[in-house]
Amino acid sequence: MGYEIVVIGASRGGMRALATLLSVLPRELGGTVVAVLHRGEGLGDELIRFLQSASVLPVREAEDKDDLRRGVVYVAPPGYHLLLEKGGLALSTEGPVSWARPSIDVLFESAADAWGERVIGVVLTGTNADGAQGLARIKRRGGLTVVQAPSEAECPGMPEAAIAASAVDHVLPLAEIPALLSRLCPDLNTVKP
Amino acid sequence: MPAVTELELEDLETELFLEGMFRRYGFDFRQYAPASLKRRIRACMRQEEIETVSALQDQVLHDAAAKNRFLLAVTVNTTEMFRDPAFYRAFRDKVVPLLRERPRTRIWQAGCSTGEEVYSVAILLHEEGLYDRCLIYATDLNEAVLERAREGIFPLSAMRRYSENYFDAAGQGSLAEYYTASYGNAIFHEPLRRNVVFAPHNLVTDGSFNEFDAILCRNVLIYFNQALQARVLNLFLDSLPPGGVLGLGAKESMCASPYEADLETLDGAAKLYRKVR
Repeated sequence: MGYEIVVIGASRGGMRALATLLSVLPRELGGTVVAVLHRGEGLGDELIRFLQSASVLPVREAEDKDDLRRGVVYVAPPGYHLLLEKGGLALSTEGPVSWARPSIDVLFESAADAWGERVIGVVLTGTNADGAQGLARIKRRGGLTVVQAPSEAECPGMPEAAIAASAVDHVLPLAEIPALLSRLCPDLNTVKP
Repeated sequence: MPAVTELELEDLETELFLEGMFRRYGFDFRQYAPASLKRRIRACMRQEEIETVSALQDQVLHDAAAKNRFLLAVTVNTTEMFRDPAFYRAFRDKVVPLLRERPRTRIWQAGCSTGEEVYSVAILLHEEGLYDRCLIYATDLNEAVLERAREGIFPLSAMRRYSENYFDAAGQGSLAEYYTASYGNAIFHEPLRRNVVFAPHNLVTDGSFNEFDAILCRNVLIYFNQALQARVLNLFLDSLPPGGVLGLGAKESMCASPYEADLETLDGAAKLYRKVR
């Protein structure tokens, strides 16, 4: 069946890391990218514009019940948790989880529940432990797990926490992650939209 | 016996529990958006120190106090005064002029939770000189949160943030004019709720009960699946005259709704719509 969903979590230093990652993802990427980046509530459209300027893939701030389209990058809006359902995206204003809303764990756990072995989870730079439990759940449900190498992450704390919480499949420098993702996701030209 | 994963079993138990909850108590969560509902049920299980959804069902069906705790845990009561200040600015600029044209105004705040946004609207209408001819119906499915909304007592510690919101929402004075501080609480003044009716109403199972000039339902529909969202939007349309206003949450979209053609956009970013026919 192959991988269809790539969930990415990033915290401090994550804006630059996410832009770098997105900048080398190819137009033909046949998976859907869903990202949570910890950020202040003030930063709305600027973040989307910044990420869009880096990527050939369309980058959108997620709205409630958005369909999942292949080759599109959805980013959690500030102040909302972003969750994956079997049929699309959903938002929630439940309280922060580990002081974070959006929370990476909330996205990852919902992705694992709804999409199981079709999920790739990616943890990038950050200073807290968000994403570690969610990545472990993705692994338990048969998905693939990837963590940015702590040695080269702007902030190693979050990658280290993820590595400590489960047996991660790939620990890679940021520059090598996009190639892995494009190899594992189907080519957009060979799949139904 | 077919092999079943833990997750499939949990989904089955959840389905049975929600069915039981509906048939025992009339609260219908069967068409809530599953991912976040599942999170809240799990959180409730941790709080109750219960291992399985079936065991939670056993407790909730037999014990009304446990049912009330479940209702609080499974509904989302995140709210704040003047939440999304830009919405209130747009409401002042685009909705208030429409309300001015009417001799009397009825407003429905659906899913009002503990009432912070009801008091915010009351303050805004007061500042616009409209409050005395307004009647606000503030509803929620949960009696426990309605009771708190009726009291209008919020933690004083939240007032700094609420004052910032109020200021960003183009408030015309100071938020502190509207409450009395007492023992760590902000007690909002009685006149603000003189024209408010707090009443139980369940968007899933109850029908239209009046006609309103404006309906505000912000960050409630996100907890429903698309079929239920469409049903509730239909309920709102049934409760609006032509020209009536509907306000949704900042990230809620009408795009997937079959009723998009019945509403025109008053303010796209603030998610304010107006019924056209």
